[in-house]
Amino acid sequence: MTDLDFSFLTWDVLSSFVAKGLWFSIQLTLSAMIGGIVLGTLLALMRLSGKWWLERPAAIYVDTLRSIPLVMVILWFFLLIPYIAGPLGAEKTALITFTLFEATYYSEIMRAGIQSVPKGQVFAGYAMGMTYKQTMGLVVLPQAFRNMLPVLLTQTIVLFQDTSLVYAIGAYDLLKGFEVAGKNFNRPMETYLVAAVVYFVICFSLSMLVRRLQKKIAIIR
Amino acid sequence: MASWDWQLYCTDMVTEEVAPKCFGAPGYETYLDAMIHGWGWTMFVSVIGLLVALVAGSLIGILRTVPNRKLAMFGEAWTELFRNIPLIVQLFIWYHVIPRLFPVLDLPPSVLVVIAIGLFTSARISEQVKAGILTLPKGQRYAGLAMGLTLPQTYRHVLLPMAFRIVIPPLTSESMNIVKNSAVAFAVSIPDLAQFALQASEQSSFVQIFLPVTLLYFVSAYAINRVAKVIEWYVRVPGILGAK
Repeated sequence: MTDLDFSFLTWDVLSSFVAKGLWFSIQLTLSAMIGGIVLGTLLALMRLSGKWWLERPAAIYVDTLRSIPLVMVILWFFLLIPYIAGPLGAEKTALITFTLFEATYYSEIMRAGIQSVPKGQVFAGYAMGMTYKQTMGLVVLPQAFRNMLPVLLTQTIVLFQDTSLVYAIGAYDLLKGFEVAGKNFNRPMETYLVAAVVYFVICFSLSMLVRRLQKKIAIIR
Repeated sequence: MASWDWQLYCTDMVTEEVAPKCFGAPGYETYLDAMIHGWGWTMFVSVIGLLVALVAGSLIGILRTVPNRKLAMFGEAWTELFRNIPLIVQLFIWYHVIPRLFPVLDLPPSVLVVIAIGLFTSARISEQVKAGILTLPKGQRYAGLAMGLTLPQTYRHVLLPMAFRIVIPPLTSESMNIVKNSAVAFAVSIPDLAQFALQASEQSSFVQIFLPVTLLYFVSAYAINRVAKVIEWYVRVPGILGAK
């Protein structure tokens, strides 16, 4: 039985090793969330457009990426992007990968959200003389977005957990920050444990917030 | 990108010699050998991990619905614990921390990986099982108890037979997820498919390694999904949900 000693984890150590990684994980999560929701909504609209030349490509894109392990997707992009866009480094590659990958999950959520809006709303929009763009942008999407807000946020918590997989390409995220600190002080066990606690606290408190939001939305509806 | 050379799969990984047979030639370890071997590991981790997850997830899911507050709280805590920590961090804890803290659990790496993936997935399964039990009308539980059945008997003969048949469709997608999640095992150097892809692509053009590996993942996840769909069809409850 080895003794655990957490005394080396001072504020100085945390801010010089871990803060940078935490900041990157948050940046990655937020930008992949925003980019993913925008792209995902477009994909969902394509899949519901009723035109096969829009439906098929969107369906193939979503279904393919969703059936491949995220680790493989990250590695694919890491090795492919230099051929397309030149060397970008692990951090930027991760940003692109996560936006494109998470868009497939957000698109399924948005698709369900759009379908949850009663058909009458669409017809009402058209009957008012609105164009497709206006009906979607002013009538359907705001309601779909609102109905799906808790699910979109839950997916974002999953996304935050998934960002730890940038380990595969060596990007400096929260997990990496703890790992480097652990190697420097030769205390890997302690840093892994603290990393787990930090991830848990962040994800657990976020999911509690989502649960409260869900209740709030349910009352208003 | 270098031109593609599929003979690569018949060459030895170390000596770069072309083997007389692409697969299973004695004395050689070709790329094909290594890939099939890696696929075996991926399937092993996924299938055994799924079994662990089903057993643990069902137990915890049931616990979360029993009237005993302490047991129910234990189930909730278990689920939150394994759901809110990223899989790769859980894997590192099982692999690097637990064997040193508890020498009893100094198990082979493959077992530790199976435990890590199994328990991670158990949290998601417990969620489904709990939801399945809670969708049943409360009257069923009361009817069972009113008939003089004990609580375990009510679960065994009244609630679970229905609940499980309701939960199977979401479990199908969980079985696909576990194949995908098993790729994380590369991080603790289990020689699975992802690990093979990483190592082999260092020595040759990555596309020609990554393409077959990705396809293999695709096919494996799909195959498990099909098997689960067949089971789903056999156990479906006529008249409810998606059953026709």
